[in-house]
Amino acid sequence: MSNRLIDLVNISKSFGSNLILDDMNLYIRENEFLTLLGPSGCGKTTTLRIIGGFESPDHGKVMFNGTDITSLPPNKRQVNTVFQKYALFTHMTIAENIAFGLKIKNKSNAYIQDKVKYALKLVNLDGYGSRMPDSLSGGQQQRIAIARAIVNEPKVLLLDEPLGALDLKLRQDMQYELIRLKNELGITFVYVTHDQEEALTMSDTIVVMNQGYIQQIGTPEMIYNEPENAFVADFIGDSNILPSTMIRDELVKILDVNFACIDKNFGENKPVDVVIRPEDVELLAPDKTQLNGEVTHLIFKGVHYEMEVVANGFTWLVHSTKLFPVGTKISIYVSPENIQIMHKPVSVDEEAVSIDE
Amino acid sequence: MNKKWLSFPYILWAAGFIIIPLAMVFYYGFTDRDGIFTMENILAILSPEHRKALFLALVLSFFSTLICILLAYPLSMILAKMGNARNSFLVLIFILPMWMNFLLRTLAWQTLLEKNGVINSILHFLHLPGIAIINTPAAIILGMVYNFLPFMVLPIYNALLKIDPNVINAARDLGANGLQTFIKVTLPLSMPGVISGITMVFVPALTTFVISTLLGGSKILLIGNVIEQEFTQSGNWNLGSGLSVVLMIFIVISIIFSTLSDKDGEGTAI
Ligand SMILES: Nc1ncnc2c1ncn2[C@@H]1O[C@H](COP(=O)(O)OP(=O)(O)OP(=O)(O)O)[C@@H](O)[C@H]1O
Ligand SMILES: [Mg+2]
Repeated sequence: MSNRLIDLVNISKSFGSNLILDDMNLYIRENEFLTLLGPSGCGKTTTLRIIGGFESPDHGKVMFNGTDITSLPPNKRQVNTVFQKYALFTHMTIAENIAFGLKIKNKSNAYIQDKVKYALKLVNLDGYGSRMPDSLSGGQQQRIAIARAIVNEPKVLLLDEPLGALDLKLRQDMQYELIRLKNELGITFVYVTHDQEEALTMSDTIVVMNQGYIQQIGTPEMIYNEPENAFVADFIGDSNILPSTMIRDELVKILDVNFACIDKNFGENKPVDVVIRPEDVELLAPDKTQLNGEVTHLIFKGVHYEMEVVANGFTWLVHSTKLFPVGTKISIYVSPENIQIMHKPVSVDEEAVSIDE
Repeated sequence: MNKKWLSFPYILWAAGFIIIPLAMVFYYGFTDRDGIFTMENILAILSPEHRKALFLALVLSFFSTLICILLAYPLSMILAKMGNARNSFLVLIFILPMWMNFLLRTLAWQTLLEKNGVINSILHFLHLPGIAIINTPAAIILGMVYNFLPFMVLPIYNALLKIDPNVINAARDLGANGLQTFIKVTLPLSMPGVISGITMVFVPALTTFVISTLLGGSKILLIGNVIEQEFTQSGNWNLGSGLSVVLMIFIVISIIFSTLSDKDGEGTAI
């Protein structure tokens, strides 16, 4: 996980007058599991298609292992793609589907047979070789699409929402299966999803995108615990996002109440956004802190209770294993390390941010 | 909630205009003038002049169908590749001549190709030697191709449109170049369209008598002309019906061929 395998340098792409990617820079390291995460239409598939060679950027270049491959056609690239809707060859058997790439490369029959068998075993579909794609379930077809790509031993596998069409249980099984596969093969995965949980579970690195801009790049922990802006905070999991004022280093005023925090260097009396995860909001007896409120909603969620608490005019989302019935008067405490301070949007990049609600 | 009675008018229509005439063709085909059963009308196909007419019809339809495929396939690919807004207009332009009467279109070709027709007049005006294709098999093939080409284009175009672009991308992704992708993926996936196109061109070409009469003159007789003459000139309905039954066998064979090849039931006939 050291050297850069793929480098996207100043990539821009428009369709007509629609700017889809604007001056995007991104590198992908060898053996990395990198996920492009973002809402529908933010340009994830377009980015993947540029790496795969199905779309050429208007500006910028695509580097692979130090060579410029921007104008190389897809069949000459050392990457293989698992398409959003499988895209199997319906007129061929499963075995012929998997053998397609190897036949093109004129491998010997014995080699092809071995490989097909190995690939079918890898995706747990031993003995399906002579079936037709239409006779398989969605999850099985998905695994065939993966098998068809990996027999070619690509350096990089591009996966476009490969689990999007599957039900929850199957999706979770397949997530583990994909991670196992990746470890077994030791190759680089570039994975596209708009499911934040999937991204958090599977990735080494997450790239959060919105409207053609990269909002943040980081490990799942960094993205979750230290979102750089309100969009990321909102997109990754539930959160309370509060417009606040940084009084000075390590002190922030949230809803007219001063809270100790650990962030510095935001200046004095500067407007900022604060994000607090619902599981980090602690409910105490009334008047234990200066922020008093009342529980207005309560839902049982299995592992925890989800509550809405109105305090100083703001509706807080709170997750807690302790039950506070609707109407309970409480006060709110947040420990300093759980208060995440973010700059207000200033740059062009962050103006692209849009928050629902 | 049984709405079967709704199909009643159709059944009536089918009985009146399909089943009864068909039954009559079979009746006349298997009887002589006195209404006595005979195989003579069927076996009449074996006479040299009938065999020749059938053979010529098969050959000309075969070549017309082949030429139609060769013209229609690239054309359909171009149409299918275009953006949607433009291509519906192009498809319309293509269908437009089909709305004009078949007879008129063929007559137009006659006028164009005649010895003193439009083309030869222009050639003459330019001091070029004239062409003499009117009243040749080539003129008949030209007429067949011109009239039936749209019936080949539309099913192939529909079949090509149905192919998921990502399936093509997948082939490229797996290392196939443009030609390999075409041969291994595009062509087989569009086969149902080609096959319905073949049926839709071959069957009417095989049975036509209008095109051969107008562009082939009186010397070139196709099986369709022979049958027509039995009905309209010789007044021998029995012989005409017998030969029609034989022709029907050939049509049924070609339709069976096409349904067998189109095993996925993805017929794209319009
Ligand atoms: N070939 C194209 N022509 C015109 N516009 C396109 C084309 N491909 C993509 N777009 C537009 O580009 C934008 C980004 O598309 P893209 O497919 O990259 O989104 P995405 O992030 O993959 O979304 P999703 O999660 O819905 O798959 C969309 O607004 C889409 O309409
Ligand atoms: Mg997409």
